[in-house]
Amino acid sequence: MQLKFQVKGMDFSRAGQAATKIKKALQLAGMDPATIRKAIIIAYEAEMNIVIHAYHGTLTANITPHKVEIIAEDEGPGIPDIPLAMQEGYSTAPPHIREMGFGAGMGLPNIKKSADELDIQSEVNKGTRLWAAVFNNVNIQQNRYDEDAALSGANDLRSAGNSTR
Amino acid sequence: MLHADVLCGADRLDTEVTCGFGCDLISDSLCFARPGCLLLTGLTNVQIIRLAEMVEARAIVFVRGKKPGEDVIKLAREKGLPLLATDLFLFESCGILYQAGLRSS
Ligand SMILES: Nc1ncnc2c1ncn2[C@@H]1O[C@H](COP(=O)(O)OP(=O)(O)O)[C@@H](O)[C@H]1O
Ligand SMILES: [Mg+2]
Repeated sequence: MQLKFQVKGMDFSRAGQAATKIKKALQLAGMDPATIRKAIIIAYEAEMNIVIHAYHGTLTANITPHKVEIIAEDEGPGIPDIPLAMQEGYSTAPPHIREMGFGAGMGLPNIKKSADELDIQSEVNKGTRLWAAVFNNVNIQQNRYDEDAALSGANDLRSAGNSTR
Repeated sequence: MLHADVLCGADRLDTEVTCGFGCDLISDSLCFARPGCLLLTGLTNVQIIRLAEMVEARAIVFVRGKKPGEDVIKLAREKGLPLLATDLFLFESCGILYQAGLRSS
């Protein structure tokens, strides 16, 4: 199952909605809570990075019983030095963003901690693509993965973007 | 206990919270706040409501006399999330609740 959302830069009124909807879909699909927690930290921080640092982009979740992939793609300034951006506490967010509780420079480090696999590609003045995977460590026999429930629960998703199988 | 004003969700004030978490950073709240917790914060923008929904917090207490705007209260009302506001600082608020038996997230 794939869920895909448009994310607009600086749109703080809707920021976080895409990650919230991905969380609901993961819960309805019956994924392991630990998997959901990790996937949601990645989805939320990646969504916020588009809102704060880029112009616009998309947040995509590919959900299977074994794995959740989160992909955040944006058009924006890009990240000139990825290892530097990955450091805890490094942030270029301006003061008015920090006042809202963002810009602690913990987004990418927390994504790294939460992801089982992570790949970040970026080109200055073009954009950034973040790909992360979290494996669902649940005995598949006991796993009540329910794609239909997740999809029906995600039916209102169209308001914030669109969802496709 | 915190001499807090109720901004919305007065009908849900008997909701039980399992733990407390006080924080002014979104990233940390996302990592450490647990489902069912009471969120204490000085952040009053819409983001804190979305965050509370994400971490499945039961209610929010705004500290240091901060009050969110009408749009924030409206969103919380839609989500069924009680909001309270106190003049106390974050440290004091947490201390009082801790003394009353509430433990950390
Ligand atoms: N999508 C992005 N586009 C451009 N720059 C980014 C993007 N994501 C992260 N960055 C850069 O990496 C830095 C660190 O990101 P992060 O760890 O999430 O911290 P924060 O968002 O709090 O600044 C940001 O301050 C910014 O300079
Ligand atoms: Mg960030």
